[in-house]
Amino acid sequence: MVTVRRRQAPAVSTLAINGILVVAAVYFLLPLVWVLIAATKSPGDLFATFGLWFSDSPQAWSNLVGLFTQSGGIFSRWVVNSIVYSGLGALVATVISAACGYAIAKFVFPGREVLFSVILGGVLVPATVIALPLYFLLNGVGLTGTYWAVLLPSMVSPFGVYLARIHANASVPDEVVEAARLDGAGDLRIFASIATRMMSPALVTIFLFQFVTIWNNYLLPLVMLNDTRTFPVTLGLTLWNSQTQRDPMFYQLVVTGSAVSAVILVVLMIALQRFWRADLTSGASKG
Amino acid sequence: MTTILPVRRRTRRRPALWALLLPFVVMFLLFFVAPIVYAIVQSTLATRSSGLGFGPPETTFVLLDNYVRALTDPAFVASLGRLLAFSGILVPLMVVTALGLALLLDTGRARAPRFFRVLAFAPYGVPGVIATLLWGFLYIPATSPVLQVLSAVGIDVVPLASGTVLFAIANIALWGFAGYNMVILLAALDAIPGELREAARMDGASMWSITWHIKLPLVRPSVILVTVFTIIGTLQLFVEPLVLQPLTTAISSTYTPNLAAYNQAFSQGNPNLAAAMAVIVAVLGFAFSFGFLRLVNRKGNRAW
Repeated sequence: MVTVRRRQAPAVSTLAINGILVVAAVYFLLPLVWVLIAATKSPGDLFATFGLWFSDSPQAWSNLVGLFTQSGGIFSRWVVNSIVYSGLGALVATVISAACGYAIAKFVFPGREVLFSVILGGVLVPATVIALPLYFLLNGVGLTGTYWAVLLPSMVSPFGVYLARIHANASVPDEVVEAARLDGAGDLRIFASIATRMMSPALVTIFLFQFVTIWNNYLLPLVMLNDTRTFPVTLGLTLWNSQTQRDPMFYQLVVTGSAVSAVILVVLMIALQRFWRADLTSGASKG
Repeated sequence: MTTILPVRRRTRRRPALWALLLPFVVMFLLFFVAPIVYAIVQSTLATRSSGLGFGPPETTFVLLDNYVRALTDPAFVASLGRLLAFSGILVPLMVVTALGLALLLDTGRARAPRFFRVLAFAPYGVPGVIATLLWGFLYIPATSPVLQVLSAVGIDVVPLASGTVLFAIANIALWGFAGYNMVILLAALDAIPGELREAARMDGASMWSITWHIKLPLVRPSVILVTVFTIIGTLQLFVEPLVLQPLTTAISSTYTPNLAAYNQAFSQGNPNLAAAMAVIVAVLGFAFSFGFLRLVNRKGNRAW
């Protein structure tokens, strides 16, 4: 009796569970599928044909050619800019927040907890609040309009310090640090060659988190940059989007550009997802 | 508790400590603390062109005048109200969706859970701007297959009307972050020891009561983390209304506090008022986050 009941109940709920997940999957996929199909259409067909099926005369290749040749091939420049901002910004952010988090975890010094609390408070400050005053500050020293205006602020990740501290506590045993010191290793060397290796899952997470944060950041480049050659993809696409009123051809550029940049990032996400240790961000709250 | 290093070694270790701490601390001071301090100082000043506009403009200390001006401006107060409404819509929606999906996957009865996990996580990589551009096309009848199908069966939905646009924006945020939050919560669920579930099942606990009495209490810290991050995220509301603005008259140039501050700083040429508005948003953020943390910490164990 018991076995029968147990078998029946799951059958119904398994169906319900998978039904809900299928609906959710369709929801998550919908805009991406739409844009991939739309990227194969002519500007006219974009508005004249059903959105979730191909038009009679697909022109994906000519759309791509158009995307990469518009305004002297500026789109590929935007992609490179985005990669530079995100890659370089996230790299420096990872190194300096790992060092800081490690120091807070493994050294005893006055003001340690105060420092950590202030940095933690930084996690709670909305990024939009920082961007406006930062514009006026950097304008005062003539940095606005340059790559640095976006790069430098992107190198600060309070959340990274937080993760690094939690993870240094958890995965770098004091005995190892003490033993290395007795062997005569300097503290910088212990950090650079021993601790970073033990903290590597956390470092990868900090890097990816910051990479996506910078890639997705819009307000900072919006206020800082005025030369289209320094734009990241996000800013460039909204520039084109603002010109659709003038020339409907820009609709197709925006759609194809969105498709290409979404594909780049989604592929990156899927490829790196196994390195993405979300459990670090969740377990972190217990610290 | 973590480290007790011999005190007498301290002096020798100072240079290394500084070398590790300083790069971040200096950058943090320059690009995080300084702008906040600058915003607070600027928010207490006002610039007025003197006389007939000849001569340099004067900067005067006005203490709270800018705050009074912001908080008595009906448009700005309305934008704050809209932000609260937006939080009220998005935060519960986000937490329930992310937690719901995570719990469904965690039942172990889902087909292809890995595939679903990757799929739900993918929108996180799509920048908010691009997500908004995409959903923008899905919100206008001319290009939206969804609206076309609904309209064909007699349901006319206007996502960008003044009454629905806040939901339309909430949907974009939900799409972008639900999967990411789900992954955080899944990791917390994964960390629950298998013996605990097994013991409960042996005792005859149903799937519901295992979820309710075992899983939910154990993932509470992660739920709180997701909630706080979502609250902070909603306060940043800026990109979505900015990008949707050309598509609808329902979004004004002061639709959200950040949009209002941005316009004050760059179109209206009043950075002092803009600074006051930014500070108000930051204070609201702290009040929300700490208020929420106090609320959850009061009942039972500390989570943060």
